[in-house]
Amino acid sequence: MATPVAELPAAPSVRRAGSFFWGLHGGDKPAFLITISCAAAIVLVTCLLVYELFVNSAVSRHKFGWDFLFSRVWDPVAGQFGALPFVYGTVVTSALALVIAVPLGVGAAIFLSELAPPRVSDTLTFLVELLAAVPSVIFGLLAVFVLVPFLKQIEPVLRSVLGWLPTFQGPFYGFSLFAAGVILAIMVLPFIISISREVLLAVPTDQREAALALGATKWESTWQVVVPFARKGITGSIFLALARALGETMAVTMVIGNDPKISASLFAPGYSIAAIIANEFTEATGDLYTSSLIELGLVLFALTILINGIARLLILTTTRRGET
Amino acid sequence: MSTNVSTLQNLAIDMQKGVPMKPAAETSAKLVTTDLNFYYGKFKALHGISLSVPTGAVTALIGPSGCGKSTFLRTLNRMYETVPLTRAEGAILLDNEDLFAIELSALRRRVGMVFQRSNPFPKSIFDNVAYGLRVNGFANKATLQESVEQSLRRAALWDEVKDKLHESAYSLSGGQQQRLCIARALAVNPEALLLDEPCSALDPIATAKIEELILHLKRTCTIVIVTHNMQQAARVADYTGFFLLGKLIEFNATKIIFQTPAQKETEDYVTGRFG
Ligand SMILES: Nc1ncnc2c1ncn2[C@@H]1O[C@H](COP(=O)(O)OP(=O)(O)O)[C@@H](O)[C@H]1O
Ligand SMILES: [Mg+2]
Repeated sequence: MATPVAELPAAPSVRRAGSFFWGLHGGDKPAFLITISCAAAIVLVTCLLVYELFVNSAVSRHKFGWDFLFSRVWDPVAGQFGALPFVYGTVVTSALALVIAVPLGVGAAIFLSELAPPRVSDTLTFLVELLAAVPSVIFGLLAVFVLVPFLKQIEPVLRSVLGWLPTFQGPFYGFSLFAAGVILAIMVLPFIISISREVLLAVPTDQREAALALGATKWESTWQVVVPFARKGITGSIFLALARALGETMAVTMVIGNDPKISASLFAPGYSIAAIIANEFTEATGDLYTSSLIELGLVLFALTILINGIARLLILTTTRRGET
Repeated sequence: MSTNVSTLQNLAIDMQKGVPMKPAAETSAKLVTTDLNFYYGKFKALHGISLSVPTGAVTALIGPSGCGKSTFLRTLNRMYETVPLTRAEGAILLDNEDLFAIELSALRRRVGMVFQRSNPFPKSIFDNVAYGLRVNGFANKATLQESVEQSLRRAALWDEVKDKLHESAYSLSGGQQQRLCIARALAVNPEALLLDEPCSALDPIATAKIEELILHLKRTCTIVIVTHNMQQAARVADYTGFFLLGKLIEFNATKIIFQTPAQKETEDYVTGRFG
């Protein structure tokens, strides 16, 4: 029994011994406990959030049921509340923001990572990242005092270029879905630019060189190889931008016009979920009114998750085989 | 543009030492560098390299790490131009044509390159091989199909992938990926192929497959291979050049380099007495 071979494996097990203190010393156990509680805390906060929104919107949910989502009326005096105009305003302004910001942002990121000299790129990126840190109320002021007057000034140009679209009809007073979409685009641009640039820079050099070595031009290698390689990360930056746009409150409130109407024209004023909650929550009187506003919060939460889910699904199904 | 072989021989003389950096046997040269200096900014990485790469043969470049093998290789298709502040001085001829006068993408079609780490594109196996053809304007589906098959056969990969051409290139093993990269380079029918330590990340079996492939390819394509593995040079190369600190110390038939080298440094290196 007591052969040297049999004794040998026993030696390290004395040191390890499965003792708590050894685990503490090695760092495994505390690390596990700390990280799992961080993860659990995130889940807990999210659940608590949904629970609170759900419970506190009970009055409104019982009174209106699913009709709340499809009603266009928002009349606190008559006690009639519906979410549709706000959902519409939120979705339309966010979509417009992405339509403007995605091509601009990805284009700028390509310029910064692939074409600009490193020093220019770093300086510009620093400025762009500063932009991301500007509080949204400042963007709101910028929108009110610069963007809205500017849009009014170029209204004739907009009309002559885009006027044939049903989405650019009717009078234009400046404060509109359009202005809100544009300021949102400006606000989410830094996210798209700085994340996409980072992702593009992380594409291995030998991917670029492999394309060049086959006779591709610099642009072909960038557009056909580098950008597809970075596609996942770029998509991620767009999701982040979308989430930001859906929930943005202050700047949108200041320029959207705050009129709960659904109109096909982007020139018309509108309202967003975040904006109405911010505007009316403090002065809401009565259980039903408060509860309806809280239910709007629940709707915004669900909307954010829904849109992100749909976008992810879209990516998943359009990802062709053979791509990462 | 019809310089004869003897003129080339004269070009390929190492000025400093007066040693002809060209194998004694009469062969035509695919690539000839004359007194080639190379700079990364102020740092001079290559010192007066004069070497001629024989057509239809395998030429190996050996030497300790950092001696300038990759740098030299990357001058032959001007890949160094992607690195800012680099500069090459001297002459390089491709089939007697001034390499610096050839349009860049045309040059790179003629002189292909395979990298140290296999680097397939995040596309299907088929699309990887077809990339070079597409980027050079071949869009005809039947032509593509045929070329892709032919290139995969030349890279000895066809039998392994013919049933999964539309799967991701990343589903292949490391050795297969590297052969895919060779197939991708072969698809545009290059006259010469530059390989920079193509087996350094591979196991011995995958390495053996690539070496066998190189021996087949040299009939149709001139090959320059950088390797830090001297056995590999001895196995696959017809000619071998030994680099040290940015200088070409000796260039000759592989057998001579390994058995009766003219220079002391070469002997020390190939016998493992170096450093
Ligand atoms: N991009 C670069 N910038 C500056 N110096 C470089 C660069 N690449 C290589 N060098 C230098 O040039 C010399 C030769 O490098 P390299 O050709 O990569 O050597 P090898 O391939 O023989 O290992 C080394 O001293 C290396 O430090
Ligand atoms: Mg190297």
